[in-house]
Amino acid sequence: MPETAAVSIRNLSKSFDGTEVLRDVSLEVQPGEVVSILGSSGSGKSTLLRCINWLEQPDRGDIRIAGDRIGVSDSGKPMSRRELAGMRARLGMVFQGFNLWPHLSVLRNVTEAPIHVQGLSKTEADERAMALLEKVGMADKREQYPYTLSGGQKQRVAIARALAMQPKVMLFDEPTSALDPELVGEVLGVIKDLSKEGYTMVLVTHEMEFARAVSDQVVFLDKGIIIEKSHPSEFFENPKTDRVRRFLELEAPAV
Amino acid sequence: MSNWDILWSSYDVFLSGFYNTLKLFGLSAVLAFLMGSAMVFLLEGSRPRLKVPLRIFIDGMRMLPFLILAYLLYYGLPSAGIRMSAWTAGIIALVIYHGAYFAEILRGCRATFAQGQVEAAIAQGFSQPQMFMRIILPQLILKTRGLLGNQLIILLKDTAFLVIITVRELTAAASSLSSTYFIPMEAFIVVIGFYWLISIGLELFIKMIGRFGAKRGFENA
Ligand SMILES: Nc1ncnc2c1ncn2[C@@H]1O[C@H](COP(=O)(O)OP(=O)(O)OP(=O)(O)O)[C@@H](O)[C@H]1O
Ligand SMILES: [Mg+2]
Repeated sequence: MPETAAVSIRNLSKSFDGTEVLRDVSLEVQPGEVVSILGSSGSGKSTLLRCINWLEQPDRGDIRIAGDRIGVSDSGKPMSRRELAGMRARLGMVFQGFNLWPHLSVLRNVTEAPIHVQGLSKTEADERAMALLEKVGMADKREQYPYTLSGGQKQRVAIARALAMQPKVMLFDEPTSALDPELVGEVLGVIKDLSKEGYTMVLVTHEMEFARAVSDQVVFLDKGIIIEKSHPSEFFENPKTDRVRRFLELEAPAV
Repeated sequence: MSNWDILWSSYDVFLSGFYNTLKLFGLSAVLAFLMGSAMVFLLEGSRPRLKVPLRIFIDGMRMLPFLILAYLLYYGLPSAGIRMSAWTAGIIALVIYHGAYFAEILRGCRATFAQGQVEAAIAQGFSQPQMFMRIILPQLILKTRGLLGNQLIILLKDTAFLVIITVRELTAAASSLSSTYFIPMEAFIVVIGFYWLISIGLELFIKMIGRFGAKRGFENA
């Protein structure tokens, strides 16, 4: 029997104010796989990622997380808030702008959802959080508040926060785009470690070399349509379409 | 006996007035704040039917002199068959009036709140009430602490109006002593001292929140 896909997207379409932003997008992410989504600005990458955890509601199509449909319950009705929250907790999301909660310390940012959404005791949550902060190299900053951290440090905490819910899939939306160039490496390093540990990840990025090194599958979105879906070596060395070839020349002339 | 001696011999009148003012203030401040926060919570997305009535209520209260509201509740409502004690009328007036102001202060700040933080909470599976209580409201308080402090001072001063609907608070105490012994100057000076005392306590409380906020990078508001 084939394994259940970690994420399965079928015929997804989404419009904003009559403009179609995603058209008939289908994509499967297998457990343990890293999928990078590339495309120029406005091509719908963020929207696709945000549909996966229902931060945006698709107009058509269905999305399954480890076999279970998100957004629509078995009876075909829209999910209740509670059901939706349960599904969302299976997905960890990391944003371009970090979105840490500034009134909480580093440690409390990470333990907030495990304690209040999953119902862990403080001790359990602290233990889990410390292990994750260790993993992202932020354990010594656990008592600090977000405003004292650099962008790279904030993003590493945000990654630990998302991991703390023990999600089945991690979603990254341009996790390094808001960082100074010298801080990009520390965040990519953490993501690379996660890929080695077998985390399932969907990653929107403009870091071509990184996408090439870390991905099992590369997806290229153009005006809301997936025009290429291939292995990174194939994608970067032998793109099937002129559109991708031009994109690669612009984005990664060195590669 | 000097005027001050007369006042000293009636210190129990002041103390009971002070105690009543504190009670009136404390209770109304807590309830008004809860009410203001609840209204802001109800104004959070996906409840469009509540938006208009809440806005009308908030703006309506803010355009109304407090004294008229107190009059209305205590002297006006009985003609509609609703009778309540001066205390009840006074507290209700303070709570709904200042609740509307608290709502307006918090709502204004909520409108500028970073949506990304809200999305991060939604993505982590927070329910709406949890997110409001744990992520949004604490930050609204830290950001608006200056305005909230001002509003609390105004609330404190508005308790003095309740003398007119016969609530036995501080101003009522001074007013009765001054008319019994005809020493208005001294009686009201003493009462000012008591109001300052409460205000200073309030300032210290707001400063405490300020330190709490500063430690977290929330600029002085
Ligand atoms: N909430 C929204 N309301 C209206 N239009 C939107 C909304 N979100 C996105 N769009 C539009 O949808 C299109 C796709 O946006 P999206 O953010 O998914 O692109 P992207 O590929 O992530 O771009 P970037 O690389 O700049 O982040 C854009 O034209 C954008 O203006
Ligand atoms: Mg984007």
